[in-house]
Amino acid sequence: MLALVSPALLVILALIVLPVGWLAWQSIYHDGFTLENYHRVFTEDVYWRSFALTFEISLAVTAIALLLGYPVAYLANSVPKGWSILILSLVVLPFWTSVLVRAYAWLALLQRTGVINQFLRYLDVISEPLALVHNTFGTVVATVHILLPFMVLPLYATMQKIPSDLMQAGASLGASPSLTFMRVFLPLSLPGVLAGCTMVFVLCLGFYITPELLGGGRTVMVSMLVSRNVELYNQFGAASAVAVVLLLSVLAIFFVVSRFISLDRVLGQK
Amino acid sequence: MMRASPARIALYVVSALVLVYLILPVLIIVPISFSSARFLTFPPPSFSLRWYQQYFANPAWMQATRVTLTVALLTVVIATPLGVAAAYAISQSKLRVMRLIHMALLLPLVVPIIITAVGIFFVYARVGLVATMPGLVLANVMLGLPYVVISVLAGLQSFDPAQEMVARSLGMNRLRSFFAVTLPQIKSSVVAGGIFAFISAMDETIVALFISGGQYQPLTKRMFTALRDEIDPTIAAISTLMTAASFFLVLLATSRQGKKT
Repeated sequence: MLALVSPALLVILALIVLPVGWLAWQSIYHDGFTLENYHRVFTEDVYWRSFALTFEISLAVTAIALLLGYPVAYLANSVPKGWSILILSLVVLPFWTSVLVRAYAWLALLQRTGVINQFLRYLDVISEPLALVHNTFGTVVATVHILLPFMVLPLYATMQKIPSDLMQAGASLGASPSLTFMRVFLPLSLPGVLAGCTMVFVLCLGFYITPELLGGGRTVMVSMLVSRNVELYNQFGAASAVAVVLLLSVLAIFFVVSRFISLDRVLGQK
Repeated sequence: MMRASPARIALYVVSALVLVYLILPVLIIVPISFSSARFLTFPPPSFSLRWYQQYFANPAWMQATRVTLTVALLTVVIATPLGVAAAYAISQSKLRVMRLIHMALLLPLVVPIIITAVGIFFVYARVGLVATMPGLVLANVMLGLPYVVISVLAGLQSFDPAQEMVARSLGMNRLRSFFAVTLPQIKSSVVAGGIFAFISAMDETIVALFISGGQYQPLTKRMFTALRDEIDPTIAAISTLMTAASFFLVLLATSRQGKKT
């Protein structure tokens, strides 16, 4: 059995374990051991601000995705099967569209001469085009769009397992629908909320394409810090240290979450 | 029960708006790609195929398309057998390390892709795999493996291993019994896993940005570079084609999965 799994394991070891290990090594070794790279990451303003911004954006994206995703998952769970298949297909189809294609679509929608601005001018709502993209707003709108399925799917999976008799029991005991929702349904759906939020937050922390294409160079998220240090400044040590700190944040989040729910629940969606 | 209460109506409205938000950007690229306008105008002034012509007539785009298709096909051909073998071993073995190995095979989904990309770039730079075809294929095999493993493991869960035991007790060796008894029953999950690995390779952008170059640049890398400079509707034409391909493949994969039950 070990022989059967070893080719796949070899690919994983050579192409992700070794490269990540290499990064970790490079972050602390340059003609001798050094912590200089980490010192920079934790003291220089550019790095601090980028990490803070990344966490802020990730929190905002997660919160918005939860607010938008919960009603959709709830509706999909409470309508007849044919409708719920339709709703879930609409959620999943963008999921399998290239992230790059969706980033392009948002550029087309949001830019100064884009669909939304032209439409609003046509309606005479605005006289000057709104700055909807090449800023944090555009980044958040597109990132939420790309990550929303990762929120809806675990929410729906969890809601499916909540027995509907519980709601009926609540109603028969005289509780209003909103009270049964708040006291019975909502608490039981919390594992799904946690799974969805974890996935969205963690994916957002390392997101690259949307901030790079829609952020207009001002929204420097951590991933862009890594790529710029490699591509523009040849600062391999600094890039590696940033990557290691990002990876450790992600692993720490997974570790904490795994105390509460099974990680299969978080990862097994796509 | 709670028919058409105000809360219920609010739920319908909010959900409908969210679904429009999800689908609209995917659909909007289609009219843009068929527009005759040089710059983005909406609604398009007139119907035209010029951006598709521009795409098919441009040697650089065609070369990139060949690279993408070759990489995606090779990824499927390599990742599928590796993933099936691994999933089979994980489901059959009672060894403790298997749990750890299972987790390791899902690592590409856990490690932020930008980190993987930069790490692979450093390793490839040392061994001379930057801007090569084998380098691009290997990276995509690694990224596609989890999809095959997850899909096949799910397929194996509904398969009764006793059937394979019967085949073996009747004198088949393990390999033959796998191909004769097990594989036909998990076929749809294998095909689905392969298709997802194909889509993953076709859409992959970030690793390609770091490790591909010269004549071995996939479509996504060229698109990314083009998007940074100016927005050319040719990209809309390519995006429409890629999206159509993805949708077709997903339908293929899910209809096969549906047949299983």
